[in-house]
Amino acid sequence: MATTNRPLSPHLQVYRPQLTSVLSILHRGTGIALAVGTLLLVYWLAAAAGGPESFAQAQALIGSWIGRLLLFGWTFALFYHLCNGIRHLFWDGGFGLELPDVYRSGWMVVIGGFALTVLSWLFGYFGGGL
Amino acid sequence: MSLRSPIGRVRGLGSAKEGVSHWWSQRMSAVALVPLTLWFVASVTSHIGADHAAMTAWIGSPMTAGLFILLIAATFYHAYLGLQVVIEDYIHSESLKIVSLVLIKGACFVLALIGILSVLTLLFEG
Repeated sequence: MATTNRPLSPHLQVYRPQLTSVLSILHRGTGIALAVGTLLLVYWLAAAAGGPESFAQAQALIGSWIGRLLLFGWTFALFYHLCNGIRHLFWDGGFGLELPDVYRSGWMVVIGGFALTVLSWLFGYFGGGL
Repeated sequence: MSLRSPIGRVRGLGSAKEGVSHWWSQRMSAVALVPLTLWFVASVTSHIGADHAAMTAWIGSPMTAGLFILLIAATFYHAYLGLQVVIEDYIHSESLKIVSLVLIKGACFVLALIGILSVLTLLFEG
């Protein structure tokens, strides 16, 4: 392309991050992370289909500290993407597009993402099955 | 006077030549994934540390297996639609863009197939 050296707009380096732009890029980032995370889901299911030995190996890997750390990150990515995705669906329906509403729903998504992550981990550790 | 062709307007096709079908499919798979994801997290968190017998007993029921297959199908469809947009936005070399899209689409198909076949194995052989 002939336009390679033209400055990019917006100038990301000098642009002050705002809740709106940060949450927008976080939606895309968590989406990519979740796509990578499907590898773990498929590995887990395939290991279960492979028999008791391969499944025990997969459970040990997922249960290790690094496995849990990754899973915690993916849990937040999942709940953030879910909450912000619902926010996007409301926007698509024409609701909540005024700037104060956009900020209010933005903070709701941040709080909702963290709360659901912590709640699901507490349930996983102390729930003892449904 | 509009310069858009009448047939283009009737079909709702813009400059992207496919109208809103990508956008709509992304939204529909998103709507399907809201209940499926909530079910998935609730289910998995109540089966943490399950051994192989417990896992087959759980996924071996038609209800659970069916929901898992729906989850896998909707997840990989939604993931492909999302990754496609990311690739189209950031990869500007036409050849690299096409190669990436084909590879990502192939990977999504293969992973979805492995996931669904694993669920079916647990359903019928568990």
